[in-house]
Amino acid sequence: MHKVVRFLLVLALAGPTAVLASSEGHGGHGDDHKKELTPEQKKAHNKHYVIHHTQDSHDFGIFANESEGTHYGFPLPVILWDDGIHFFMSSKFDHGHKTVESNGKYFRLNYADGKVYKADAEGHYITKKVWDADLEMHVQEPVEVLDFSITKNVLVTILMAIFMFFLFRSVARSYQKGLAPSGAAKFLEPIIIYIRDEIARPNIGEKHYKKYMVYLLSVFFFIWFLNLSGMTPLGINVTGNIAFTAALAVMTYLITTFTAKKDYWMHIVWMPGVPVPMKIILFPIELLGTIIKPFALMIRLYANMLAGHVVLGMLLVAAYGFSSYFASGAFIGLTFFMNIIELLVALLQAYIFTMLTALYFGAAAEEHDHEHAAAH
Amino acid sequence: MEIPAIVGAGLVVIGAGIGIGRIGGSAMEAIARQPEATNKIQTAMLIAAALIEGIGFAALFAV
Repeated sequence: MHKVVRFLLVLALAGPTAVLASSEGHGGHGDDHKKELTPEQKKAHNKHYVIHHTQDSHDFGIFANESEGTHYGFPLPVILWDDGIHFFMSSKFDHGHKTVESNGKYFRLNYADGKVYKADAEGHYITKKVWDADLEMHVQEPVEVLDFSITKNVLVTILMAIFMFFLFRSVARSYQKGLAPSGAAKFLEPIIIYIRDEIARPNIGEKHYKKYMVYLLSVFFFIWFLNLSGMTPLGINVTGNIAFTAALAVMTYLITTFTAKKDYWMHIVWMPGVPVPMKIILFPIELLGTIIKPFALMIRLYANMLAGHVVLGMLLVAAYGFSSYFASGAFIGLTFFMNIIELLVALLQAYIFTMLTALYFGAAAEEHDHEHAAAH
Repeated sequence: MEIPAIVGAGLVVIGAGIGIGRIGGSAMEAIARQPEATNKIQTAMLIAAALIEGIGFAALFAV
């Protein structure tokens, strides 16, 4: 087990170095390519480089050399809905260079934003007139397609779910041999116990905490493992995707709402112990609060992980922007330092998400009849 | 003269920074006074810091 942990640690710390290698290929071969760019172009190029590495994509790119136009990685299936289902591999797009024909419809991938748009036979985007509020005029915009593709994020999420299923089954099975933990359980048992004794029990209460443990443990390990997978050189950014965190927040909201006891609704609709005019004012605020809480969960995780990736990306770009070895070396050191902080943030964000979820569950499951009897 | 939205976001982030700093400092003091309550103080500190951080991010994303 120690070997596995050490290997994962090395992998995570080796992250920036490997990304660095790919960014060298990205930025063009040597200096002759870079010298042609004006400072503005360089700025735009660097910005695109950072943003692109935090985005979801239709293919699993491991390494790209853009000056030679070579990409290493593997394609993923594209599933589109446009008056019928369209299914093909993303290699047909050729990274946005080719228009794909499927059942009489044409599609084109915009490599810059990673989205699939409708196109015509010549490869031009089909556009529609939309109102632009900022420019205060009608503009032509390409038409998006309903996209159900197995993108990089979807693939990683599925793989992580399968990995966790087998990991925790092996942990559960190891306890059939005896109570002493063995294998992966040696590493995971203290964490599971910590979540039970320090997060679930004090926040939810001795009486009800058991039925919430399934969700709390799942969400903690799922977020933590996905955060850690974002630290590997594969360029995964699942928890820094607002759709993913929104799904988790919706689950927390649904569980809170549907397991809520009488007292929870009582506190929202008719807050006990305050004057009647105050009760009327508090009702919409409390109702709004039930939605704001999971919304804050969603934004917190998303923004933290995205910000971490953007900071690392910008430091790497800075390390390659300098022509002096000393400055570059300093920035690589800084990247290494930030990477260690990100390892901590990966755990901290999983912990905070679980902690706040447990707090909301605790509010939903709480029963305090005695206090009310005294208050009235 | 119109003040750009990014200035407002900056002000919010300064506020959030002061808030989290105060929480951290107070938690340090509390732990120094009562080392046996470290776990409870740390948990409460993290929750409060996370809530303030949420406001900071909300301001950044509103820009």
